[in-house]
Amino acid sequence: MPERQLITGNEAAAEGAIAGGCRYFFGYPITPQNKIPEYMSAHLPEIGGVYIQAESEVAAINMLYGAAATGAWAMTSSSSPGISLMQEGLSYMIGAELPCVLVNMVRGGPGLGNIAPAQSDYWLATRGAGHGDGRCLTFAPFSVQEIYDLIGQAFPIAQRYRNPVMILADAVLASMREPCVLRERLDPPEEKPAWAVGGRRRGRQRNIVNSLWTDPPVMEEVNLRIQQRYEEAAQNETRWTEHGADAPEILVCAYGISARICQTAIEHAAEAGIACRLIRPISLFPFPTEVIADWAQRVKKVLVVELSMGQFIEDVRLAVEGACPVEFFGRTGGVLVTPEEVAERIIEIA
Amino acid sequence: MRQEVFMAGMGGQGVLLAGQLLAQAALEAGLELSWFPLYSPEVRGGRATCTLVIADGEVGSPVVGQPGSVILMDGIAVDNHLNRVRAGGLAVVNSSLAGDEIKRDDIDLVAIAATDVAVELGSEQATNMVLLGAYVQASGVVEAQAIEDALHRVLPERHHDYIPTNVAALQHGAQLAAEQLQ
Amino acid sequence: MNTLATTKTIQPIYTRPDSLTDVQMRYCPGCTHGIAHRLVAEVLDELDLKDRTIAIATVGCSVYAYEYFDTDAVQAAHGRGPAVATGIKRCQPDTIVFTYQGDGDLAAIGLAEVLHAAARAENFTVVFINNAVFGMTQGQMAPTTLMGQKTTTTPLGRSVEQGGYPLNICELLAQIPGVAYLARETMTSPKRVRHAKRSLKKAFQVQAAGLGFSLVELISSCPTWWHMKPLEALQWIEDVMVEQYPLKVFVDKLEQGEQAEKNL
Repeated sequence: MPERQLITGNEAAAEGAIAGGCRYFFGYPITPQNKIPEYMSAHLPEIGGVYIQAESEVAAINMLYGAAATGAWAMTSSSSPGISLMQEGLSYMIGAELPCVLVNMVRGGPGLGNIAPAQSDYWLATRGAGHGDGRCLTFAPFSVQEIYDLIGQAFPIAQRYRNPVMILADAVLASMREPCVLRERLDPPEEKPAWAVGGRRRGRQRNIVNSLWTDPPVMEEVNLRIQQRYEEAAQNETRWTEHGADAPEILVCAYGISARICQTAIEHAAEAGIACRLIRPISLFPFPTEVIADWAQRVKKVLVVELSMGQFIEDVRLAVEGACPVEFFGRTGGVLVTPEEVAERIIEIA
Repeated sequence: MRQEVFMAGMGGQGVLLAGQLLAQAALEAGLELSWFPLYSPEVRGGRATCTLVIADGEVGSPVVGQPGSVILMDGIAVDNHLNRVRAGGLAVVNSSLAGDEIKRDDIDLVAIAATDVAVELGSEQATNMVLLGAYVQASGVVEAQAIEDALHRVLPERHHDYIPTNVAALQHGAQLAAEQLQ
Repeated sequence: MNTLATTKTIQPIYTRPDSLTDVQMRYCPGCTHGIAHRLVAEVLDELDLKDRTIAIATVGCSVYAYEYFDTDAVQAAHGRGPAVATGIKRCQPDTIVFTYQGDGDLAAIGLAEVLHAAARAENFTVVFINNAVFGMTQGQMAPTTLMGQKTTTTPLGRSVEQGGYPLNICELLAQIPGVAYLARETMTSPKRVRHAKRSLKKAFQVQAAGLGFSLVELISSCPTWWHMKPLEALQWIEDVMVEQYPLKVFVDKLEQGEQAEKNL
C-alpha cells in the first residue's frame, strides 16, 4: 500500500495544487481556509514559486488575473465573503479567457455569518462569477483525498477551457483529517500558451489580454466561444459517483460533505427497509443532468440534501423535469445535518 | 467494522490531541478514518469537540448524530452529550469534573477520576491521556501500544519530554477501565 | 543658392515612436493623453525595452491604451491595475511592466491597490494621469478635483461638506519606503514636456535596475470637461493646479545610488 498521510482538507488543497503544478498563490486571510495560504507561504518559495498576501480579496483575484495572463499556473483560496469580493475579477478572467484555480471553503452566511460549515454558496459558485454570461467550472470533492486529487486536475482543466475552475468545499472538509496518498510534485509545462503576455516578443505578434469588446456582435462572438467551451466541458468533465441500492425506491442527491453524510444515512434507511441510491455530483458545473434524469424515471421520489435553504435542488429539479416529486432536507447558517436526521427524512417521505 | 467516537471538553484539556492520537494510531493500523474538530471561536478557553470515525472500509459520514462511543472530559460535556450515545454504546467520562449524576443504564459507562489520576502522576494536563487509555482498553479499537507510538509521531519534538508521563497516564487509564469493566 | 535643390533625400527628424502603433488615438482635441503616450513610447524606444514590456490599460479615457502601445498588453478592471501588474511581474520578473491610470482609477477606486503595491516595493512603473476629473464618464468629481472646482457632480464647485478635500497622491506615496522613484510633472510647455520625459525615463530605468516601485504623476488637461479651450486649459494647470499639486521629484533612488557610488 502506498504511504498514507493524515492531513487536513486545507493541507490537501495546498499540497495537491503544488503537486499539480501550481507555483503562484495570491490570497488574503479568512477562516476556515487560512491553512492553505499558510502552507503556500512556507512551501512555494522552497520550490521557486511565489506567495503573495494581497491587501484584499479584490487585489488577490486581480493578481491572479495578471499571473494567469502570463500563462502561469496560479491559484487563490478563500471562504464565502472573500469569494463575494472576487466576483468582479472572475468575470474579467472569464471575459479575457484566462484560466485559474480557486478554492472556496464555504462558511455560514449571509453577511459575515460564521465560520461553521455550509453549502450556501452553490449559486455563487455555479451561477456566480460576477456579471455577464460566464460561469466557473465547479467541482465539489467529498473527502481529503478527493480534494487533493481534484485540485491537481483543476489546473490542466482550467488551461484547456481557458476559464476559472472553482473547488467548492466547506468548513468540515477544510479542517478534517483523513488519510491521503500524496503523489510526486509535477512541474507546470515549460511552454507558455500562445496567448500569454510576457517574455521576449522577438517577432511574434503582440498579445493582448482583454475583456473589452465595444462592438456587440464581437462581444457576442466571444460569449459564443466561451459557451462552446462549456459545452465541451459538459462532454468531457461531467463527473459523479453513485452509491447504494440498484433498485431504489428513493433517489438521494447530495454533493460534498452532505453526500458523505448521506452515504451513512442511506445505510440507516436500508436497515429500516427503504432502498435508496445516492447520486453525488462531483462536477456541479457542468452538472450531471442525464444520470439524475435517468434515475428519476425509476424511483418513487427524489430527496435533495444540502447545507443551505435549497440551491443545489434547483439543478436537480431541472434534471428531474417533473418525472417524480423532489423533496428537500437541509439545514443552514452553519448547522450540520446528521445521518440519523437524513434517514428519518427518508423514512418520512418514503 | 465502523466505530465512531465523539470527544468533548473545555479548550486546553487536549480533546483534539486525544482525537489526533487515536486517528494516527488507526492510520498506522491500516484503517480508514475521518477526524473532524469543531471549536468555539475563542482560541483559548472555549469548548472543543471532535468526531473520529474509524472503519475497515469506507468511512461514510464524518458527522455523527448518535455516536457509538464518547469521551467526555468535563461536566458540561457530560450534560450536553451523554444522552447522545447510541444504546449499547460506550461512554468514558471524567468523573473528577462531572460529579455523581452520570447515569445511563443502556450503555457501557466507564467513569474515571481522570483529573485526579493525572494530578497524582504529576501533570493535570495528562487528563486526556488517562481517558484515552481507558477508551482504548474499553473499545479495543486499536492496540494500546499504537497510541504510545502515535505520541512520537503527533507530538512536536520539543514536547517529547512529556511522553513518559503520557504513557503512564494511558496505562493507568487502561487499568482502571479494565477493573471497572470486569 | 537654393538649399532644397541641393538636398537629395529628405531625412525625417520627427516620427512616430516605434513603441506606438499606427492606430489613431481617440482622445479629445487638446487632451494631453496623447503627449503622455508619446513620451512613454519614446522612453521605451530609447531604453530598448519595447520587446519585453507589458502595458496595463485600466478604466477611464485611456481604456484603449492597449491599442496604442505596440507592446504586449493587459486590460485591467477599474482601479486594479497595480494588482494585475503585481501578478504579472511576480511571474515574469524579466519583463518591464507599467500601468497607465487616471485619477478616478488610481486615486478613488484603486487607492488600496496602488498604496499596497508601493508598500510591497513592487518593481513596476505607474504612469498616473491627474486631470482632476472623471473624463470618460463625462466630467464627474475625482478625488483630485480642486476645492471650488465645478464638475458634473459638484455643480456649485467642490466643497468640503460634500466632497471633502483633494488627495495628493505623490505626497502620500512619498512616505512609503518601497517607493524608488516618485515625481510629479506636467506637459504645458516644451520645457515641461522635456522634464516629464526625463522623469518617465528615470522611472523605467529604476524598474529596469530592479530598485522598486516607481510612479510619475502627470498633471494633465481636460479641455472638454473643464469647458476650456486647449490653451486656456494648459494655462489653468500653470495658474491653479500646480498650486495644489506642486511639480517635484519626491524620491529618486537611482540618483541616490549614483551619488553613493560617486562618494565611494
